[in-house]
Amino acid sequence: MSAAKPETIRTPTRYTEFHPRWYRPHVSVYWWLGQRQYLKFILRELSSVFVAIFVVETLFQLRALKAGLESYIEFQQFLQSPAVIVVNIIALLFVVFHSITWFNLAPSAMPIRLGGKRVPAFLVAAPSYVMWAAISVLVAWLVLR
Amino acid sequence: MAKQSDEAFFWVLFSAGGVVAALLIPVQLFLFGVAIPLGWLQPPSYEHLMALARLPLVRIYLFVLCSLSLFHWAHRFRYTLYDGLRVKHLNEVIFTLCYGGAVVGTAVAAYLLWTI
Repeated sequence: MSAAKPETIRTPTRYTEFHPRWYRPHVSVYWWLGQRQYLKFILRELSSVFVAIFVVETLFQLRALKAGLESYIEFQQFLQSPAVIVVNIIALLFVVFHSITWFNLAPSAMPIRLGGKRVPAFLVAAPSYVMWAAISVLVAWLVLR
Repeated sequence: MAKQSDEAFFWVLFSAGGVVAALLIPVQLFLFGVAIPLGWLQPPSYEHLMALARLPLVRIYLFVLCSLSLFHWAHRFRYTLYDGLRVKHLNEVIFTLCYGGAVVGTAVAAYLLWTI
């Protein structure tokens, strides 16, 4: 058996001069503006900003309470300025949006089966709404009585 | 940057905060931010609110509400910036600002509720 010629063994591998690029489509910063579902997603995520604003307001309210009657009256006047009322109304809409989307997620996150059948989504979400209503009434009663 | 194992911890905080925020914030925001400033409801007296805020149970309630809601915000806002605005290169700065904010807010809430 004659040895194979070195040329046939070491077939030179052909490298492409440039590394082939992965297919990565360019995604615009405004990708979420195109579709209603995407917009809804971003608005839902942004509700967290209004959650944070509410906490900051609450901390200022506590500080005013702690500082005494006069600062609390000042804080109340701050809450009565039109710009703050507008911000708070927008914040309320976002926070309610957060509550609804959060409660409606429960059936997808925890599908419950009874007797081999999946319990309808609205029945899984319903207890959250009942609790929401009960807690809201209780808090309102404690504050306003 | 958060390790994979820390991610679960932050997610639990996010999730607990989501529940607390969903159940408690709308009513409080409606009362103090909208209905009372607009004069729809009689404002509660300073003494009544002060007495409420000094109840141990209300202090715990407000502390949990403030702290968990802030951690909920930190997680969600962080990912909104990553995915929504596609600023992945600022990961560490965003992480620090979001969770730093939540920690500072928690400390302020603890201080105020402890000393009120």
